[in-house]
Amino acid sequence: MRPAPILSAFRQALGEAWAGGAGALLPLGFFAGAAVLVPLGIGTDPQTLRAVGPGILWVALALSSLVTLERIFQADTEDGALDLWLQTGAPASAIAGAKTFAHWLAAGLPLALLSPLLALMFQAEASTDLLRNAALYGLGGLAFYFWGGVGAALSATVRRGGLLISLIALPLYVPTAIFGALSMTHGPGSESAPLFLAASTLFALAVAPFAMAAALRLAAD
Amino acid sequence: MLRGVTGTVSGPLLSATGLGMIRGERVLFTGVSLSVAPGESLVLRGSNGAGKTTLLRILAGLTRPEAGEVTRNGLHHWFAHREGLKPHETPRTHLGLWAKAWGSGSDLDSVLARMGLKRPADVPARYLSAGQRRRTALGRLLLEKRPIWMLDEPYTALDAEGRELVLELIEDHLKGGGAIVAAIHGESGFVPANEVVL
Repeated sequence: MRPAPILSAFRQALGEAWAGGAGALLPLGFFAGAAVLVPLGIGTDPQTLRAVGPGILWVALALSSLVTLERIFQADTEDGALDLWLQTGAPASAIAGAKTFAHWLAAGLPLALLSPLLALMFQAEASTDLLRNAALYGLGGLAFYFWGGVGAALSATVRRGGLLISLIALPLYVPTAIFGALSMTHGPGSESAPLFLAASTLFALAVAPFAMAAALRLAAD
Repeated sequence: MLRGVTGTVSGPLLSATGLGMIRGERVLFTGVSLSVAPGESLVLRGSNGAGKTTLLRILAGLTRPEAGEVTRNGLHHWFAHREGLKPHETPRTHLGLWAKAWGSGSDLDSVLARMGLKRPADVPARYLSAGQRRRTALGRLLLEKRPIWMLDEPYTALDAEGRELVLELIEDHLKGGGAIVAAIHGESGFVPANEVVL
């Protein structure tokens, strides 16, 4: 297996994500918007905000990841790039995985990097916990994008397939959301929750590319 | 030496037997057999919707046929109606990306010059004309020598000079022992060794 086509697919996807102008920033705006609006909705009591903050950010992260997923494979089927990638001889799963990873890098990683700032708006205390949590948001976000990628690949030939992606991806988000939120509490099970979160992300990284590859072959057929 | 040729070059580069395809409830074609030897060209003919593009996709391995088998004895180039060009890519970055992906060390400037893309070489594809986009995608054929070219309506959107250029590329490729399968609706401009009418 030559890595060159996979690297090229990664490079093209990264360029495409940034070339959309504000395209890569849209999830960031969505993420920040949700975090800013929630305190307005539930009041400014510091105790309450501190309690719900991490969970709200997980929900906002999951929903923000869905905003741009529609385009990662749909554009490829429309402009013919998918046909070219499928004929490179490289495994379609590796190509799909590289594209999804590039997409996470452009649109998902910034969300994790922004999370400490948003956590402060939820009255979290400034401590190293915020950085640990940012890493967990990054890890969980990776799983969100890979599961979302499966939805995106399955709806690659559907116009305005955003709803379809949500319906396919949201059930797959459940383990990540559960372990992610649990890992930021101090209740029972919170100690091992980061490991389960990591496991669910690894599972997504291992399984999702093959599901995407099968879906993309169907889309090209 | 053509890259990707396996075994002896004397046999056909591309052959197919008993291909059949159904789309929806309609039988597009059945019992299509063909064979293309080095230096030979094959033109697919048929009215709109007859299944030329579908047959070409089957030959390229993109679509699975309902019946029959395809054997390719070498790598192929794919050039179709949808060029695979991203709006943010320029002719130079597009060709550079694919040269890297295929691991070919061809000289981009000479490919751009040959395709008449010297002037718009650094213009993003969203500002290019349809013909310039087609020329960019055709440039991929020159990045790496591959024995089989699959072309879907290669003349679409090209001006007279562009058609001349494509014809030149095709003739060069055939002379060099390559094979061509092309779906062409109107004048092919060259005399094909074989024709398949759908």
